Amino acid sequence: MGKVINIQPVTRIEGHAKVVITLDDAGNVADTKFHVQTLRGFEKFCEGRPVEEMPRTVCHICGICPWAHHLASAKAADACYGVTPPPAAVKLRRLMQNIAYVSDKILHFYFLAAPDFVIGPDADYSVRNVVGIIQAAPEIAKQVVHMRHLGAQILEHFAGRAIHPTFAVPGGVSKPMTEADRQYTLPLAKELLEFSKFSLKFAKDNVFPKYIDAIKSIGVIKVGYLGTVTEDGALDFYDGKLRLMKPDGAYDDFAYEQYVDYIGEWVEPWSYQKFPYAKKWGKLSLDLDNPVGVYRTNCLARINVADKMATPLAQKELEEFRAAFGRPAHYTLLYHYARLIELLQCAEQTVELLNDPEITSTDIRVPITPRAARGVGCVEAPRGTLIHDYECDANGLITKLNLIVGTTHNTAAINMSVNQAAKLCIKDGKYDQGALNKVEMAIRAYDP
Amino acid sequence: MAVKVVEDWLNACSGCEISILNIGDALLGILPQLEFVHMTALIDHKFFGQLGDGTAMDIPEAVVGIVSGGVRNEEMKHELEEIRKKVKFLISLGSCACYGGVPAQANMFKNEETFEKVFRQSVTTEPAPDPKDPNVPPWTSTCMAVDEVVKVDIAIPGCPPHPDWIAEAITALLEGKTAWSLPERSVCDTCPVIREQKSGGGPVKRWLQNMEFNPEEGLEKMRCINEQGFLCMGPVTLAGCAGKTGVPRCIQARTPCRGCFGPIRKGARPMVEMMGALTSVGLDPKSLVDRRAMMNRYIGGHGVLTVLPARPAR
Repeated sequence: MGKVINIQPVTRIEGHAKVVITLDDAGNVADTKFHVQTLRGFEKFCEGRPVEEMPRTVCHICGICPWAHHLASAKAADACYGVTPPPAAVKLRRLMQNIAYVSDKILHFYFLAAPDFVIGPDADYSVRNVVGIIQAAPEIAKQVVHMRHLGAQILEHFAGRAIHPTFAVPGGVSKPMTEADRQYTLPLAKELLEFSKFSLKFAKDNVFPKYIDAIKSIGVIKVGYLGTVTEDGALDFYDGKLRLMKPDGAYDDFAYEQYVDYIGEWVEPWSYQKFPYAKKWGKLSLDLDNPVGVYRTNCLARINVADKMATPLAQKELEEFRAAFGRPAHYTLLYHYARLIELLQCAEQTVELLNDPEITSTDIRVPITPRAARGVGCVEAPRGTLIHDYECDANGLITKLNLIVGTTHNTAAINMSVNQAAKLCIKDGKYDQGALNKVEMAIRAYDP
Repeated sequence: MAVKVVEDWLNACSGCEISILNIGDALLGILPQLEFVHMTALIDHKFFGQLGDGTAMDIPEAVVGIVSGGVRNEEMKHELEEIRKKVKFLISLGSCACYGGVPAQANMFKNEETFEKVFRQSVTTEPAPDPKDPNVPPWTSTCMAVDEVVKVDIAIPGCPPHPDWIAEAITALLEGKTAWSLPERSVCDTCPVIREQKSGGGPVKRWLQNMEFNPEEGLEKMRCINEQGFLCMGPVTLAGCAGKTGVPRCIQARTPCRGCFGPIRKGARPMVEMMGALTSVGLDPKSLVDRRAMMNRYIGGHGVLTVLPARPAR
């Protein structure tokens, strides 16, 4: 056997992962693996905890998308206790989610992904980062730092916390929005909307055209997609039905509770991360030419499964995107494009919700009583469909819980993209740090 | 000359790193003074060389090491020990690094129970043996705080720590100081609510209803959450979650403090003291559901949370 290349840690992603590429004697790729090296065990230690404490416990699963876990958990808790939050509470939850996601998408595009495109994929690693961007484009960097932080400031002003929130509770939310809160937030939300428009234009003018060859080659695979849509097929982050699309575009729609009928999780001995797959499609196979059961989540998946965007400006952008890349679009680096279209929808919805008179209603929580039940709560986390499935006893203490988080759905697809990119970039024993970075670019597109 | 910094997350969620970014506009002034020679979140430095052909984990020399997250597996332990060797000052950032954090609640269970649940007892998982591979590090026997493994020079607790404190501690180091710590005050010391040293008495209420307050009025017009009959960890929790000037963050959301900054001082016994605080306002602390986990939510390292012996069948 030939050489082994260890890319560790995979950088500008969240968490602990390494890529191991094994070359054959001729220096070509024989095998690749994307190893996830950590496990925290929330599925176990949440047992015995009260259901109403879950939203402010499981948010700690992810410090980048705590609002996604917080809200999926609150929805699972609503379902356990058999309550429907009042309309204003749902709107406030959606408002907080959209603002948090605006920050998240700015973070990923500019801080994590942009160094590969603005500084360049082959640039020396010491400058291929956000500090390099600050030096290369100080005016944009100043805006980016300010705008990403602005979302956090809005959340903190109203909901106390931007990271690891406590605001959503079973049956509703912890406090109503006053007119003064609304007046404070609205102009800031409009700033975020303007910056979102700018970001998409900036990327369409300066990034995507320049890297179209990379987009058409790095990490490209053809697999299925999972996301959430409303009854009339619009992309929704907070609520709806799940849509599982085959690589050719045919799809099944199903309710949250039915996820167990469609999704199985495979365990490989070489990763703590499981491999969810569409079990109705057959036995999981990561074969690049003929994959079976593999689907993707996160923005490109959502854009593919949705019939339309929920807001007018984002819808226009989707139409332009589809005219160029079709539906479903399979190029992996298009995740970056899809992410910015979603950024626009989140910013538009933030302004819409703040202009909704009901947002300041004081009817924000219904009474709850513990009971024995099962509750499944889902939202679209920035990184994909987030499933929280709880069972509790008559006293409302958790007896069982199953979590499938956004990036986990992408395990199989990331492994395939790594394999494809490695084969593309490493040939006859020839590679450099830029080539290995391109393998990581295939991972970063998924924003794991 | 920029000061060299190594930053990494161990058993963490990235929230501490996001909190660094939440320094906000001032970040652009601080960043040029620092040279991150390793930071998984933002910088492409690799442990095994940029071509992936190294054989030993290479951590660059630096003045400051910043580590978030507790220690959950053998590789994290090894990395932490390597970082300690290469840096002059080590900062444990956040409550996972300082006390074990929320993931240290896993210390209430045997490791085998967690693996059994995750890989063989989950509804969608096709049961399989525990992952075992040279690239999948085995768990340590418990989830530990950083100072259970190496010496820590500066602890910045919080979940996440407030950016004010991160900036202040880093600035102190840049100015040549070698020690920094948060003032020993409780969350209650910084909380503006009305306190009358009594409640309606009886059992501690579960958090099944909202606090009583008038949303048009500030916190200074709201009654203390413990005195409303709920568990609020404020009396035994270190202040600072809202930085130098703000009111406690969870209280700002009109929700109880969950104790994320940990104990007010070393050697404190928050569970005993919290039960005393509840008693002092007339509540029955023994009525609190899931008391042990609720009162030690963020501090399960240092042997605070352990596997309890199985109860005899009744």
